[in-house]
Amino acid sequence: MTQALDQIFVTFKHWAVFHSPAAFQPAVSVLLSIVPVLIIFPSLFAVTTILERKGLARIQNRYGPNRVGPFGLLQPLADGLKSLTKEDIVPRSADKLVHFAAPLLLVTTAFMEYAVLPVGRNMVLADMESGVLFFFAVSAAMELSIFMAGWSSRNKYSMLGAMRAVAQMISYEAPLILSSVAAVMAAGSLSTVTIVEKQAGYSGIWPHWYVLTPWGLGGFLLFMIAATAESNRSPFDLPEGESEIIAGYFTEYSGFKFALFFLGEYLGMFAISGLGITLFLGGWAAPFSFLTWIPSWIWFFGKLLALIAMFIWVRGTLPRLRMDQLMNFAWKFMLPMTLMVIFSAGLWRFLPQGVLRWVICAVPIAGLYVLLGRNLTSGQRLEKRTYGFAE
Amino acid sequence: MLGEGIVKGLGETARNFFGSFVGKERLTTVQFPEERLIQPEATRVFPFLIYDTDDMEKGLRCVACKICEVECPPKCITIEKSTEKKPDYAGKPQFFPAKFDIDVSVCMSCQICVEVCPFEAIKMDTAFELSTDDRFGGLLWQKDRLAKPNAYYHTIHPTEAAAVDEELAEKKAKAEAKPAAPAANTGAAAVR
Repeated sequence: MTQALDQIFVTFKHWAVFHSPAAFQPAVSVLLSIVPVLIIFPSLFAVTTILERKGLARIQNRYGPNRVGPFGLLQPLADGLKSLTKEDIVPRSADKLVHFAAPLLLVTTAFMEYAVLPVGRNMVLADMESGVLFFFAVSAAMELSIFMAGWSSRNKYSMLGAMRAVAQMISYEAPLILSSVAAVMAAGSLSTVTIVEKQAGYSGIWPHWYVLTPWGLGGFLLFMIAATAESNRSPFDLPEGESEIIAGYFTEYSGFKFALFFLGEYLGMFAISGLGITLFLGGWAAPFSFLTWIPSWIWFFGKLLALIAMFIWVRGTLPRLRMDQLMNFAWKFMLPMTLMVIFSAGLWRFLPQGVLRWVICAVPIAGLYVLLGRNLTSGQRLEKRTYGFAE
Repeated sequence: MLGEGIVKGLGETARNFFGSFVGKERLTTVQFPEERLIQPEATRVFPFLIYDTDDMEKGLRCVACKICEVECPPKCITIEKSTEKKPDYAGKPQFFPAKFDIDVSVCMSCQICVEVCPFEAIKMDTAFELSTDDRFGGLLWQKDRLAKPNAYYHTIHPTEAAAVDEELAEKKAKAEAKPAAPAANTGAAAVR
């Protein structure tokens, strides 16, 4: 029974493909794989917008949207209709083709990232040998689309936003990839499916998730910080810093293209959270051995929602970084830390099991953390600020 | 140590998040159409004209002296004086406004018309939900919309209205004592 429920979507697809005429079978198979992704993740985006607005409101002791539908739950529908009916304005001096292509490219690449995410047991669009590599290759194209948007708008604020986005995303791509290298090393494979299967076992009731090892915990935290920067979310939302550069690279977008940018950004966030889950949180594996009867896809989406909640919480807490702080953090803290995590993962592989292994692997990471943290904050001089002209 | 402040901040926001579901006193938002704050007595939005008795045409205190029209900083008041006269509250024959328009899209709620009126004929209203789908006619208020009974004035500004009534009663008594003196007429006379 649990097995059937776990594999319900897989068996349905097999059944549907088997019962369709032979000529259409490849097409039916492709459609049945892609269409759910195209439906589920945008709906998750709609749910996330309302959850985010409500959550942020509660953090600030407000009610949040509560007018459209019961408890304001139909707010995304109203937002969608509004963005559809808005006038689509393209600046006269913009590069029309690139301006049009940028949001499409963003959303397309964001969707392509889902091809290698296993959302459940046997539920992955393409089980590639080098799935993780494919994911990072595709996500690098998101930077291109953001720069296309900023450049083609022919607006100084768009341009500044795009420059910031590219500088930030390239800086944080290094720690993002390096921190995932640790998980790849431990699994011995670049295939996302294999990485999850390696984590799906249990010792007693405890799972073999990589996050439950010292290097895994450090790697996961570093990965999520880099993922926040990669998806341009607060506190790393410099590319769209409203108080400084209006809306950054999508200043000149309105109507549905603006909505597409939002969709692309959230899809990117979900995808990168999904990769974080795959690499460190055991993908679709249940957190305890006695909970394996719950279908695997529920676990994946539960973990995804938990990470989204974390993103919202962080957004409600931290103020935006300054550009130099951002760069210092990436190169002086994140990068050395990820290298140490890789080193620790290597140690973990060759040490015998036991408490001593834990200590030996945790000490270098913790030590470097304290050292780098001290180094990062030592240059700060907190003085009374004086204003030359205002006084 | 690095990250201490972040953890503290996350704790603070979490406390706010969960606290807002538990303690209602945290949520200070007034859910407007359903809940309303009590307006202070001195609330003012747009001016209106006062009439005594039940008949708007007869009881209108305004004598079309045009002081408010002249004093209005954004020039949103338009008055046309009548040709014949009618008796005012003291029984004296007076002119009355044949047309009294206020363009509320121009009015800036400064209350200067109220300050300069010698007849206590124009006062500030407190009604504020005034949106309309007609941006020309709907925002140019005519005499019939502006005129409101004295009783309404008593409901929105009770203290002020009582003081005004007292003052008017005094004036009326004085006018009846020496009917020849044109005391209540000076303002209108000056403009004329």
